[in-house]
Amino acid sequence: MRPILLQGHERSLTQIKFNQEGDLLFSCSKDHIINVWFSHNGERLGTYNGHNGTVWTIDMDSKSFFLVSGSADNEMRLWSVQTGKCLFVWEFPTAVKRVAFSDDDKQVVCITEQRMGHQGAIRIFDINRDGDGTQQSLEPTSMFHPVGSKATVCAFPYMPGLILTGHESGKVALFDAQTGEEVLSNERAHMDVVTDLQLSPDRSYFITSSKDKTARIHDAKTLTVLKTFSTETPLNSAALAPNMPYVLLGGGQEAMSVTTTSLRQGKFEARFWHRVFEEEVGRVKGHFGPLNTIAVHPAGTAYASGGEDGFVRVHHFDESYFKTRPYGETEILN
Amino acid sequence: MAISNELDEGIDFSDIEEKYKVRLEEGFDHILVVDGVPVIDKSKFEKLSAKIAKEFTRKGAAIKPDDISMPWNDKTGKSNGYAFIEFRTADAANYALNEMHGHPFDAKHTFLVNRFTDIEKFVELTETYVEPQREEYHPKEHLRAWLADLQGRDQYVTYRGDEVSIRWHGRPSQCELAYEDHQNLRTELYVSWSPLGTYIATLHRQGIRLWGGPSFQLQARFFHPLVRLIDFSPCEQYLVTWSHEPIVVADDMPQGPRFFSPEDEGNHIAVWDIKTGHLLRSFPSIHPEGEGSKKQMAWPALKWSADDKYTARLSPGQQISVYELPSMGLQGKKSLKIEGVVDFEWCPHGEKEREDATKASKKPTESMLAYWTPEVANQPARVTLLNFPDRTVLRQKNLFNVSECRLYWQNQGDFLCVRVDRHTKTKKSIFCNLEIFRVREKDFPVEVVELKDTVTDFSWEPKGERFAIVSSSDPNLGNPGPGVTIKTDVSFYQLDRSKNDFKPLRTLAGRTTNTIRWSPRGRHVVLATVGSTSKSELEFWDLDFNSDDAIKKEAPKEEWSASIQQLGIADHYGVTDVEWDPSGRYLATAASAWTHTVENGYAIWDFRGQEIEKRLLDRFKQFLWRPRAPSLLTKEEKRTIRKNLKEYSRAFDEADAAEETTVSAELVAQRKRAVDEWNAWRVRVGEEVEEVRRARGELVARIQEETEKEQEQDKEEIEVWIDEVIDQFEEVVE
Repeated sequence: MRPILLQGHERSLTQIKFNQEGDLLFSCSKDHIINVWFSHNGERLGTYNGHNGTVWTIDMDSKSFFLVSGSADNEMRLWSVQTGKCLFVWEFPTAVKRVAFSDDDKQVVCITEQRMGHQGAIRIFDINRDGDGTQQSLEPTSMFHPVGSKATVCAFPYMPGLILTGHESGKVALFDAQTGEEVLSNERAHMDVVTDLQLSPDRSYFITSSKDKTARIHDAKTLTVLKTFSTETPLNSAALAPNMPYVLLGGGQEAMSVTTTSLRQGKFEARFWHRVFEEEVGRVKGHFGPLNTIAVHPAGTAYASGGEDGFVRVHHFDESYFKTRPYGETEILN
Repeated sequence: MAISNELDEGIDFSDIEEKYKVRLEEGFDHILVVDGVPVIDKSKFEKLSAKIAKEFTRKGAAIKPDDISMPWNDKTGKSNGYAFIEFRTADAANYALNEMHGHPFDAKHTFLVNRFTDIEKFVELTETYVEPQREEYHPKEHLRAWLADLQGRDQYVTYRGDEVSIRWHGRPSQCELAYEDHQNLRTELYVSWSPLGTYIATLHRQGIRLWGGPSFQLQARFFHPLVRLIDFSPCEQYLVTWSHEPIVVADDMPQGPRFFSPEDEGNHIAVWDIKTGHLLRSFPSIHPEGEGSKKQMAWPALKWSADDKYTARLSPGQQISVYELPSMGLQGKKSLKIEGVVDFEWCPHGEKEREDATKASKKPTESMLAYWTPEVANQPARVTLLNFPDRTVLRQKNLFNVSECRLYWQNQGDFLCVRVDRHTKTKKSIFCNLEIFRVREKDFPVEVVELKDTVTDFSWEPKGERFAIVSSSDPNLGNPGPGVTIKTDVSFYQLDRSKNDFKPLRTLAGRTTNTIRWSPRGRHVVLATVGSTSKSELEFWDLDFNSDDAIKKEAPKEEWSASIQQLGIADHYGVTDVEWDPSGRYLATAASAWTHTVENGYAIWDFRGQEIEKRLLDRFKQFLWRPRAPSLLTKEEKRTIRKNLKEYSRAFDEADAAEETTVSAELVAQRKRAVDEWNAWRVRVGEEVEEVRRARGELVARIQEETEKEQEQDKEEIEVWIDEVIDQFEEVVE
């Protein structure tokens, strides 16, 4: 499993994502640039230039037509994946921390930071897919301020009209997209900041990672915790491996204490855990800083990790990965 | 005034006056009735009342003769033999009651004092005897129940975050939780087992709690605010506690034998009786001379003789004070005055003494203690063996050029090793002598082992005639810094019975070991590198590898070192504590959050260095095996067991085999359950998702279908050509 090292960023990675087909890999980083790569050989296809601050988050629609990005320059931008042109810019009072497309590609949800007297807000925009995409409405279809702990991550679950959020306090909640009312919440889902939230392919369950050193799988409808993966380092990202019963966790020592800890203590490894048995099955070394973000190919044939060290490593799984059955022949549904 | 008076007229203030009226003390709490006063004529009243007042005043309850009133019998014209005394306050009356009740006034008269208010109560007392209700008997749990465990497992306690748990350790399926209740069994500083494992002590702001029995019920409480350190006596009869804060006795604190009294005020150390909970005595703590000196306070502050009969306290440079238990009085009414004494140790009791004690021995068992004094002026340094309680000097040895001494008793009390750090004449370098006293032999012969290096750790083999030392000639020794690992050598020595001296068995050079841990049964030893950031090696050694069956057969001399064999090497990153279980079968290593915060947790190994269990737990602080009481089997019984070991072990082997199959079967079943649960849930949710999608007009499904179709149609083949230059060379073509 020889990795492909993508050296296109000068600063630490913030989020990486495969498109629906898995042929493209998008990455964004603190160096203001969004890159897109061919996932099969690591060749860079192009960049999306325009942001004037750390790009915190990206997402693309299921047809790889539009790319949406959120940045610390208080802007959310819509890009054409194909041409790399910026189609539209939304301006906010504070930085954009998270964006996500809905499964019908018609809506985008974004979280803006709570700062400088402004409350953290969740906004939902309708995306006009007619024409060249430059005709978008500046006004969100709905906007609300979650009370209490601020939201850090969000997504659209399979249930229509609801927004799934993860919060700084470790809370996981469901909000009504129209009224902003909190429909359901699990206050004790985590004990610390929720750092990542990734949905299953059918959006019926999701995995969260947290600084409390655990990752958890939750039911999207009831928000009950189904599985817990306890590690010994703070986690920055967690991903579900489709078609195989594994989850991938990434994290490591806090970025600020990296220089004072050795590689051995840092645990800068991607860990593979069994999704059902909650046991660790393997680790992949490589980064020399904490892992900030992990993404798995939608077909489950490869995964990529982005680190604080500024590198993206793309690993295509070997034949043996698909053949070995460490727990015997048991069929586990996706 | 006049105006206000006028205004007042006609207004009824009675309700307000009623409300705010100053209530005078109406009770009679400040009046005492004194019985047993001499019967006198009226003429003598003044004289008597003056006498009584004087008597009261002398005891601290000041009264005047005027406060005394006496009723008179009109018929006889004499007094009735009792008097009333009025005090200023009820507190003064209470004090006088305590002081004067039962006070002998003269040869014939003794005061009997009662409260005036109590008299009525006593009059109304019924004459008939009512049998008090018999309290129902609540059987207490057996405090040593864990020793009766059928599988012979050991227990250990872990302290993580603020959670205390007690677990069993045995075969993999039997490693279960023994007790955990975070509401009940908690601690604020740390936990500690008593030396025989009967109790577990937890430290709280208010004091100490002891827990015991299979369900870990509260057994005793000792009220010592802000207690920091505790120490049990060897037979767990007494407890010593220390607090940084001097004892303060507040007025509203409960009184009684279990609490501090004003005499204890300002002290730091307290001695308690565990069974009754009574405070026996308190002491001030002794700080090393000189303010801000780097030396830590010596703990334990009180050292106990092995049979709990004496406890001794050192006043550095002056004396050793020995106290007798349970009275805590100074033994022989005086301390041992020893000029310059630095340290002392009691001789531990071995199996021999313990057997003697059970046989109801003829003579009271004697204790022995060893102490040392440094060089002063013309007097050499000296190690002295002292018998107790008769205080006869058994043996004395003079030493020269001594900078420091440490006393190490072998755990059976057979040998005493004095590690003498000596300096050369220039005082520039330090080397080491081991002076070994053979205590069981006549005249206490002393053997000397001379070493060129500095010895950093010394350890006797329990119940054995061997010891191990860690020595070092590393120049960095003495100035430890971050990242500095000191190179050390580990050597084993054994007593040669034929020559009566200690011979080196083997030296392992070039290690980083700084800690030696002998198995409590001897023979096995673990060498560990503890507290280092870069090295954390554990070496497991067997010192009788060849003589498995031959019990104590004298090996030929040339083969002496041949039986030493390394069994395994392991590594526990960041290890801070290494401890054998009481049976000597398992070793526990822990990385405590008190020292560092990296990879905290604990691991359990078998004696060969095979990892059995490892748990990484953040905020993990403490791991302690529960000690065991000494075995009740006699020597003969042990010997027969050893002889028939094969028969015994067969039963265990069978149990092991059965265990293995059930464990794997259970695991498979458990995994199958987990998978079934997950799959069932996925099917159910899958249906729900379908329904939702259908309700949304199959919009999404259609999109997906479309994309799938598109994908199928648009599938394109990507062909990648890779040119690889395998070899390149130039050739000149003519």
